[in-house]
Amino acid sequence: MSTIGSSENIASNGHDHAHDDHHHNDNFITKYIFSTDHKTIAKQFLITGLLWAMVGGAFSAIFRLQLGFPEMDLSWLRPILGQWIEANGKLSQEFYLALVTMHGTIMVFFVLTAGLSGTFSNFLIPLQVGARDMASGFMNMLSYWFFFLSSVVMLISLFVSTGPASGGWVIYPPLSALPQAMSGSGLGMTLWLVAMALFIVSSLLGGINYITTIINMRTRGMTFGKLPLTIWSFFLTAIIGVLSFPVLLAAALLLIFDRSFGTSFYLSEIFIQGEALHNMGGSPLLFQHLFWFLGHPEVYIVLLPALGITSEVIATNSRKPIFGYKAMIISMLGITILSFIVWAHHMFVTGMDPFLGSIFMFLTLIIAVPSAVKVFNYLTTLWKGNLVFTPAMLFSIGLVSLFISGGLTGIFLGNAAIDIQLHDTYFVVAHFHIVMGSASFFGMMAGVYHWFPKMFGRMMDKKLGYIHFWTTFIGVYAVFLPMHFIGIAGFPRRYYSFTNFETFNMFGDLNAFISVAAIIAFLGQFVFGFNFFYSIFKGRLAPANPWRSNTLEWTTPRNPGHGNWEGALPTAYRWPYDYSKPGAEEDFIPQNVPLSQTKESNLPHEEGDLALEKDIENIVVDETGENKLEEPAHH
Amino acid sequence: MQNFLLGIGVILVVVVLLMLVRTQSLVSVFLGTNRKRVTVGNRVNAIFLLFFLIIGLGLTVYYSIKYFDLYNLPLASAHGAKTDFLFWTTMVITGIVFVITQVLLFVFSYKYQFNEKKKATFYPENNRLELAWTIVPAIALSILIFSGWKVWSEITEKAPQDAEVIEIMGYQFAWGVRYPGADGKLGKYDFRLIDATNVHGMDFSDENTFDDFIPSKLVLPKGKPVLLKIRARDVLHSVFAPHFRLKMDAVPGMPTQFWFIPTKSTEDMRRELSNPNFNYEIACTEICGRSHFSMKLAVEVLEEEEYNEWYMQQETWTVQNEEYMQEISGRLKSQALNIKK
Repeated sequence: MSTIGSSENIASNGHDHAHDDHHHNDNFITKYIFSTDHKTIAKQFLITGLLWAMVGGAFSAIFRLQLGFPEMDLSWLRPILGQWIEANGKLSQEFYLALVTMHGTIMVFFVLTAGLSGTFSNFLIPLQVGARDMASGFMNMLSYWFFFLSSVVMLISLFVSTGPASGGWVIYPPLSALPQAMSGSGLGMTLWLVAMALFIVSSLLGGINYITTIINMRTRGMTFGKLPLTIWSFFLTAIIGVLSFPVLLAAALLLIFDRSFGTSFYLSEIFIQGEALHNMGGSPLLFQHLFWFLGHPEVYIVLLPALGITSEVIATNSRKPIFGYKAMIISMLGITILSFIVWAHHMFVTGMDPFLGSIFMFLTLIIAVPSAVKVFNYLTTLWKGNLVFTPAMLFSIGLVSLFISGGLTGIFLGNAAIDIQLHDTYFVVAHFHIVMGSASFFGMMAGVYHWFPKMFGRMMDKKLGYIHFWTTFIGVYAVFLPMHFIGIAGFPRRYYSFTNFETFNMFGDLNAFISVAAIIAFLGQFVFGFNFFYSIFKGRLAPANPWRSNTLEWTTPRNPGHGNWEGALPTAYRWPYDYSKPGAEEDFIPQNVPLSQTKESNLPHEEGDLALEKDIENIVVDETGENKLEEPAHH
Repeated sequence: MQNFLLGIGVILVVVVLLMLVRTQSLVSVFLGTNRKRVTVGNRVNAIFLLFFLIIGLGLTVYYSIKYFDLYNLPLASAHGAKTDFLFWTTMVITGIVFVITQVLLFVFSYKYQFNEKKKATFYPENNRLELAWTIVPAIALSILIFSGWKVWSEITEKAPQDAEVIEIMGYQFAWGVRYPGADGKLGKYDFRLIDATNVHGMDFSDENTFDDFIPSKLVLPKGKPVLLKIRARDVLHSVFAPHFRLKMDAVPGMPTQFWFIPTKSTEDMRRELSNPNFNYEIACTEICGRSHFSMKLAVEVLEEEEYNEWYMQQETWTVQNEEYMQEISGRLKSQALNIKK
């Protein structure tokens, strides 16, 4: 810790004044741009992520136009897409693939990894564990700016004349390695790889920080057994990220070598564009193994934070403790560990040894067990609750519904024998868009609605939130449920059109329906965008604890400054789920209320904790958030 | 002009939204509803959730039954019967779980909506319940895993000795098929020998290539095991024959394979579907470039006798392309030209 602390002290000088000098040293740049305050960094991640979501969503709207209305004249898009709309008013076939690829890349990495985990890990970890800031504010700032740099490079790649990367978000070589195979594999692919390398740096800087903060900077009394499930989920997510992202970097590096330096890691026996290449002995499957070693854990990197947020939101708004707190932690641990040993279920029909396929089938279906446990725990939490339907709560209920629907279709795909037919069809598209894409997006939205008051000190409009939720929820099901039928009928994904095949020459009406639903759901997001930005400036002022919630972030002032709490850090005396406790006057007891003050509602097993109360209060924690042993100057 | 009007329209929508938000927040302040713990909106949302469940389930069931024949592809392979059975078994099991859990989710949401007079039940844990819903799914999944594993092992085991061997090679953006000819052996190939005519890169130093023939479509015998030798020469492709429930990637530098038994001839299928124009097709299911969506190969399944007849009629590639004979050494050349069929 000392090394991180000292390097940070050198790097962020203005920062030290935050606690004693009433922020007089903060100018616009240090406060809003190169800020080391975790809350500002979280907002930076959030707003960047939301902007990317608009781009990724717009891309899907464009390719849905192509899929739903193949005859449509798209000339009106020429002002935006230029040469990619061909002379006859049709979308270019290559650009269709580019849109699909960039939609996937943007949504998976920039929105649901950076925008979700980046936002809420940053915002909530210090606030919920009771710390002044992250272990290293400077590294945290770097994490955002590497992400920003990555975003800039990826954005530039959209505008190069040969088009952005187009080989699918999984960028399988040889297609991605050979510019002669498709134009998107030229400069666009190089920029994709550079952007992803920067993204991985950002993700690692963030992840190490999250882990360090959670282990070392919990306030007095905040044992692991008292951590909110959000923190558990961010903790495990960060561990998955730190262990798996480097493997993606390795995969990308080898690909860069194959592309630019004549190596043959992934290439062998290739004849293309009238020319036999020199490459011999490489294996395209090596890339797939390396890619999915990140790619599969990545699913849980985007999903676990959403599940953590949902646990918190559902408990708060059911006015009930989350059911099976320990079971929730154990199942998340199970998912974390298993997430590393299921990757090859993406590869059942790639030519991989079928025996390996059997092994991965076993491991894959085991991961369904902890997922099922989580669902049952959510359901039991709702049971006999007193449910308040805030927009965040609705999005959380939506998440549980989507998690069930998409999780169950995973049981088909994890079964190698069934996967033969379904692999790379719309069934897969439906499956992962529901369980990973939509569920995580719902978790992100739940988080935004729930913590907006703490982020900006104002409330978002509830009614607009309802409109947003219902458009999105109905939209998501209207888009992805019909895709199962199309997938069972065998329609392959990443097809520009289906008219070339007699087998796939149907479902024109259903595809049109999906496209209309997708575009309406996309437009519905503008209601959110309006609500979000309007409320930042004009929303109703938020009370300190608008949802009557137990976790420590609600004990901060309306607009917490740099350092989060005025005065001493709070002490955690109890777990975060004391909702509707029998005997208690209110239906919630915040974590910082000592058991000695709630004699009327204490449970027998809490007597032990009660006896330890004085010891907890005597624990010395780093109050400064700077990892220096000095007293904070109080206001 | 159009863009200008569009812009005006967007601005108007935003202004209307702004006014609405402003008005309703002022109204809620005036009525004092913003200080209440829940408003009437809570009840409305609870009802919506219940409606969503009923209408959603209803529509799904209706569509699933009404259009069953549309999305359920006819089946034409032996192993496909087993994978289809697994698919529908899994559908029944997951379908039951789906309905139960979704009903509980939405009904609980409706039933336990906020009530000022009530207090939620403090019910933090129950280890027996946790154990039950760990073990029950684990057992159900084990059954599915084992039946799936059995079928998977059968499908992927070695092809029978008497299987028809056919090569299928993917390239941007078509498929090439090669039959071993009279000797039943596919000749060697080398990617460095590929040119515009010799698209398979057949190696004529191997006499097994002499009688290989390359038709424009894939013709299969009904009722006989067929072993597809799959490869690609540029990027990844994937052989997908939907009616045969068959899929396997074609990988440059790493030959793959898949064996199966076609159970219905094209004629059988035309009768079954009462569609005289029905044809089997192979599609590509691994993204391979701009024309990925049009990589089609026509497939025809014939009765075994018809198939044998067709097979005997095919002209060998060497006969069709005599210029390639120049490269072959003298002794082999006469041998090559002697093979007519």
